[in-house]
Parts: sequence; structure tokens; C-alpha cells
Amino acid sequence: MSLNDILDALFPAGHTVAVANQVITGEATTAQGTVAVLGTTDAAAIDHAMALALSGFVLDTVERHPGRPLVFLVDTSGQALSRSQELLCLNGSLAHLASCVDFARRQGHPSLSLVTANAVSGGFLSFGLMADQAYALADAQVRVMDLRAMSRVTKIAHERLVELAGTSPIFAPGAGSYVRMGGIAAIWPVPSADLLDDALSAARKAVSAGDQRQGTGLSRGGRLLASDIATTVQNATAGA
Amino acid sequence: MIPSLASRHSWFEATARARLAGLLDPGSFAEILPPAESQPSPHLAMLDLPGAFDDGVVVCYGQLEKKPIFAIAQEGQFMGGAVGEIHGAKIVGLLRRAVQEKPAAVLFLIDSGGVRLHEANAGLIAISEIMRAVLDARAAGVPVIALVGGSCGAFGGMGIVAKLCSAIIISEEGRLALSGPEVIETVAGVEEFDAKDRALVWRVTGGKHRYLMGDCAELVEDDIPAFRTGVAKLLAGWQEAAPGLAQLRASQQVLENRLAAYATYRDGLQVWAALGIARPDSVPLLDRDSLVALKEGLPT
Repeated sequence: MSLNDILDALFPAGHTVAVANQVITGEATTAQGTVAVLGTTDAAAIDHAMALALSGFVLDTVERHPGRPLVFLVDTSGQALSRSQELLCLNGSLAHLASCVDFARRQGHPSLSLVTANAVSGGFLSFGLMADQAYALADAQVRVMDLRAMSRVTKIAHERLVELAGTSPIFAPGAGSYVRMGGIAAIWPVPSADLLDDALSAARKAVSAGDQRQGTGLSRGGRLLASDIATTVQNATAGA
Repeated sequence: MIPSLASRHSWFEATARARLAGLLDPGSFAEILPPAESQPSPHLAMLDLPGAFDDGVVVCYGQLEKKPIFAIAQEGQFMGGAVGEIHGAKIVGLLRRAVQEKPAAVLFLIDSGGVRLHEANAGLIAISEIMRAVLDARAAGVPVIALVGGSCGAFGGMGIVAKLCSAIIISEEGRLALSGPEVIETVAGVEEFDAKDRALVWRVTGGKHRYLMGDCAELVEDDIPAFRTGVAKLLAGWQEAAPGLAQLRASQQVLENRLAAYATYRDGLQVWAALGIARPDSVPLLDRDSLVALKEGLPT
């Protein structure tokens, strides 16, 4: 599905969105008023320039439009893989972007992200997973690494990984795994203005609730340990 | 035994527990959820891989120069310090606890390649939770100080986490980046990044380069007491304003300027020359004190 088709389906009341260097910035009209629309397209490999374009737009929105919701459209194949990018501390620019999204949240901007096609590791961490709630379209690819590459790195047979991936959301690529683990709130069969409206309402509530993903992962049966361990560490008296 | 070697306590070579023992005041270490009360990762067991009862990370209370401290120490010698479900949840729990109890600081001894692939989805979401929890602790007024100098460096999502901390203390042996050189070489070819060229890897990702560029607050020797002194110095009179628009705008400007000036460079030597260092070739040979003096003498 093309970016324009997705935008038309999400924002039938109108949108003004520009794409430059695979970075989306603009605004759109929704049932709940104007929202900022930003993100990446065409499986962008996030580099310094893209991260800074996004962070700059977040800061502009905070400065000029207090409280305006942020709608992130995520299509990233991960981070740019190059020596020149690492030389300038790419993790630093991605951290800066994450800080800006977090700052917007603290300033009362609800945020949600929608994975439209791909969401892979570092690119997903820096903005998609920083939103209050993340969603994914039904055919979206969400993963750290595909199973073939994982097999090469871990030296575990590919067939074995495929077999285990059938039952375990812990490492199986796919948006469905992330839903069960609590990282993605829901999968949308198609981009829709009604689903977006509901999601904006949910994001407004999520702003003050804090990070609920461990509890969600537990209640959905995908991440059975994290919630209890974090709570135990929070409340335990020191060993000794 | 040669005395100078006997008295040296390499951070790079030490285990996570040895680093904590040397970093905190003697006798103040108190582990939370110690191995005897925890369990190895069932996800590794499912793949017939050996686990560790602490899942490769120690979380604890302690003191540093009598100040109450929380600390997180990743064990690079177990699964490359990589973040799985239990490992990540221990870190998130301690950071949330810091919001409530407000210790003088959280010390984050990072030694990690990022996400543990065997638990990839759990690891990625956990790193996202750690990112938010670090920012929550800082917003609550608790400084989170990253200490980077272990054999696995700070890579992948943990490289992002390091840069979300209030400050980074790094050793010359420390490495800080997003993608590891091996990954870049595998995907983009040896001409792009020769991962076996250790001198090049250090000029692109190493502690001296990150310190010269201003990405790390302090450069210390590869020595456990040096890290302790570095933390104490940083925390003495620590003041951190709540993140505000002006501060983020300033960071944005610095990053944009840097990109405009250095975007085509591919080697630390080029950046150091542009920073005004007369003899960039000499940088890899300088000892820590000389390098700090060199940085302090640079035009700003």
C-alpha cells in the first residue's frame, strides 16, 4: 500500500504531508482535531539526517502547537550501516530523537505509532517504540532480525528456529509476536480513520499511565517473567 | 610479579561483580534479587543453551563515598552482556525503584552488544522499556551515569541507552556505537569497515574519539579505581536541569552542525584534524592525562 493510500485512509478529512529524504513531516485533520504526522517511508535505514529531521519536527510541534498529538508512521529497515555514520555516533542521534519524543510526552503530547510496512531494531527503538502506544498494519514486518540471519549468528539450525518460532513469541519475527509481548497494542487489518480515532483516545489516557508494556505482555501470555521480576526488584529488601 | 601489573585492576578484564566490588565503598554492596533467589532464562534453556542465575546482570544498592547509590552491572562474559527478558526486567525494576527512593545516582556499568538474539523480541521491548525508565529516573532528579569500558563495549540498543544517560564515563578501551563493525562489514563489505583493523575500529568507536567529540563526559584509565574517582568527581556538586526545550534545541543544533561539518569523513583522524588537533596521528599514542589536556586546550 502506498504512503498516499495510507494517509488517505487514516485522514479522509485531509492531510498536508511532505516527504523528503524518506522522512515524513506534516499535519492532518482528525475527529479529534489537528495532529502532527511524522515518520519514515520506503524501509528507511535511519541515519543522522533522518533522525535529526524527525527530532527537529518534534521540537517544532512542542514549541508551536502545545498538546498536539503526534502520529508516527513507521517504515524502517533499521539503522544506516556505514562507517561514516558510526564515526559521528549514530546511537547519539537516535538517543536525541528518543529524548525529544519523551520530552513531548512530558509536555502533554499524546503519541502513537503505526508500523506501515517494516519496523526493525534501532530504527524502531528511536521513535516507534517511544510512542505511548504502537500499532501495526496486518502485513507489517516487525523484527530484530530474520530467522536465517539469526541462525547464522546464533549457530542454531534454521529449521530448529522455524519450528520453535511457531510456538514462541520470544524471538519469532512478526507483529503478532510483539502484540503478545506487549510491545504493540494491536494489529489493524487496514488503515482506518475510526481505528485512529480510538487509538488517539487510548493514547491520551496512556500519557499519564506510564509504561504498561510489561503488564500487557503478561496478561496476553507472551512475556511471562518480566513484569514479576521488575516488580520484585522494585520492592525487594536488599539481599545480604 | 611485576608490581605495576599487580597493582593495576583492569576494568576491561574484570567481571561485573569485580567491577562493583572495586567501584563501591567496601562492604556496601547489597545485591537485589541475587542468583540464589533468581532463575536462569527459560528461553535459553529451550534452545539447549546454558543460562546464568543472574541472567548476566547484577543490580544492587551500595554507597560511593558514603552516598547511597544504585548500580546495574552487565556481565560481558555471559552472552556478550546481551539483553534478554529477565536481564532487561531487572534493569527496568531498579530504574523504577530509583524514581521512588531517589538515590544519589544510578551507576549503569554497560558491557553489552545490545539485544540477545535468542530472545530478540523480549530484548528489543526491554531495551525500549529501559530507555523510558532511564529518562523517568532523570526526570525524577536522579542522575544515571553510564560507565563504558568492558570487552563488549556499548552497542546496539545499549549504545542508545548509554547516550540517554546523564553522562558517560569511558575508558580508552571502551567502545560506544550503534552497529558493530562486524555487522557493517558483513552487510556493506570489508571496504566499508574492516572489522579486523583494530586501530581503525578504535578511531571510529573508541573512548578517545568519543571523548574528543564530546559524546562522553570523562575519559579514564582502564582501571577500576580510576572509574571510581571519575564517578565521585562527576557526582560532586552534580546539577542537572530537567530536560527543557532550550536544552534539546541546543543539542539539536550541535548535532546538526557536526553533521554539516563532518558528514563525509570516515576516520577519526579526519575529525580530530578538523577539531584543531595539530598532530592527529599522535592521538592513539597519547596517555589519558595528555589526551585530556589536549582536549581542554582545543578551540571551542
